[in-house]
Amino acid sequence: MKGSGESRRRGFVRGILGRSDYAIISEWVEPRTRVLDLGCGEGELLEWLVQNKGVEARGIEIDSRKVQRAIARGASVFHGDIDEGLSDYPDESFDYVILSQTLQETRRPLHVLREMLRVGRRAIIAFPNYGHWTVRLSLLVRGRAPVTRCFPYEWYDSPNIHFFTIKDFRTLVEEQGWTIEREIFLSGTYRGRFLANLLAEVGVFLIHK
Amino acid sequence: MIVETQFVRFDALDLDCGARLAPVDVAYETYGELDQARSNAILILHAFSGDAHAAGLSRSDGKPGWWDNMIGPGKAFDTERYFVICSNVLGGCRGTTGPSSINPATGRPYGLSFPVITISDMVRLQKKLVDYLGIERLLAVCGGSMGGMQALEWAVAYPEAVVSAIPIATTARSSAQQIAFNEVGRQAIMADPDWNGGDYYGKKPPARGLAVARMVGHITFMSDESMRVKFGRRLRQKEEFGFDFSVDFEVESYLRYRGSQFVDRFDANSYLYLTKAIDYFDLTNGTGSLVEAFRNVRARFLVISFTSDWLYPSYQSIEIVNALRALNRDVAYCELTSNYGHDAFLVDIAEQSELIRGFLASTHRMVSGS
Repeated sequence: MKGSGESRRRGFVRGILGRSDYAIISEWVEPRTRVLDLGCGEGELLEWLVQNKGVEARGIEIDSRKVQRAIARGASVFHGDIDEGLSDYPDESFDYVILSQTLQETRRPLHVLREMLRVGRRAIIAFPNYGHWTVRLSLLVRGRAPVTRCFPYEWYDSPNIHFFTIKDFRTLVEEQGWTIEREIFLSGTYRGRFLANLLAEVGVFLIHK
Repeated sequence: MIVETQFVRFDALDLDCGARLAPVDVAYETYGELDQARSNAILILHAFSGDAHAAGLSRSDGKPGWWDNMIGPGKAFDTERYFVICSNVLGGCRGTTGPSSINPATGRPYGLSFPVITISDMVRLQKKLVDYLGIERLLAVCGGSMGGMQALEWAVAYPEAVVSAIPIATTARSSAQQIAFNEVGRQAIMADPDWNGGDYYGKKPPARGLAVARMVGHITFMSDESMRVKFGRRLRQKEEFGFDFSVDFEVESYLRYRGSQFVDRFDANSYLYLTKAIDYFDLTNGTGSLVEAFRNVRARFLVISFTSDWLYPSYQSIEIVNALRALNRDVAYCELTSNYGHDAFLVDIAEQSELIRGFLASTHRMVSGS
């Protein structure tokens, strides 16, 4: 049952991982599955999944300092680029392929998504929503490239190279004939569905082919 | 940590070339304690010019081991947690049987009558040592360069006996460039009249040839940048050019020094045999398919390369990693940033230590099931 135990665990997960999308992802992943985390950073999520869900964890990360810390944590991480790094995995190597907060940084987002759904049976994608009202307002009122809580960078030093909204993402999934199994929208501590494209700062999707 | 090299003799070893060596001596050292379950043993595999003395201070001459910065209490290979073994390779000249050993059939050193050996022969002999020490499964096999080749060979040849492998700055098959440098070294030795067809024991050894071979080797171990920083165009104890062929530059002095120093501790025939073993090394056995080569491998892997290593460039490590990924094996890979070239695995050890320490700890946890 999803009683107070569940919410306590959520709070715990959040405390450990410090990121609300990680909390959702860690809930969605079934125990003892095979997980690939793209752009896994220092491997916090993978470490948590190994210890609490007994998953077989792999990661890809491009920053060598982060790779070192992730490997030191016990995660089997490949030092490389996620735009190219998936091609060596056979089809359906993983139960879940996770891409958290990095789709907007990839050179070929559609290619990455297709590869995720090739090597994994399911993909979990979390991304900042460019349709959030603060982004819209920032552009409308200030007339400058938006700088908000979820898009904190000036245009000239942003790692983000593709900008898309929750609506854009849903449209793409539909066009590709994929299925959204679950979706959750986050804004601060709020999780809801109401006017998601306007109110959510982050969208988290579980999709499959 | 004061350590002593130990010796064990095995009756015979069958070699890839078809010959049988009998008997075979192995020089080895161990550090730390083997635990009750015999599950904490790590085999360290030395590179081309290394030996069994990997860590601690030698009881005989007080010198530190060649990887003393990596092995010891609280270090990457923590001897308070792990039982660490290192042996001199077959064909070497530091206690294990090689071309300078006495051939029992003649009572004289083997010289060129020593059979040509391979990396897998070396590993087959190490397996005898590990069996002799009563260890069924190694928590890790680890080495850099030629040691990395042995680590790979271990994982392929004895999949049941290897829990994890850490090949560093190495390749699954020697490239044309690597073979070419080895051939230059061999030709330098064989062109020295003192080499005398390999029969120089008890006489004047081919010191000049061996020194030149080592000079070439040292150039390939460094990077353009590390040489620029270390030597630049600085002159050696002079203000202007000598306009002769004595030493002008610091880099010349350094290479001559390293070359002549090497002659005192290394056997020229071992140089020939070990470089040949490196040249022959091809995990795919000529099929070209690493995926096939790794098919029965069960170990988890940590593969490490270095940005400035042009002798064993990162693409060769990535080749290993990609073949393992294609088989869905448990493999971690990191290219560490270093200016030290191929030497980095011996000298630039801070980040390498962090990686290995964490990898070993998680591997150990898996084995102990906690």
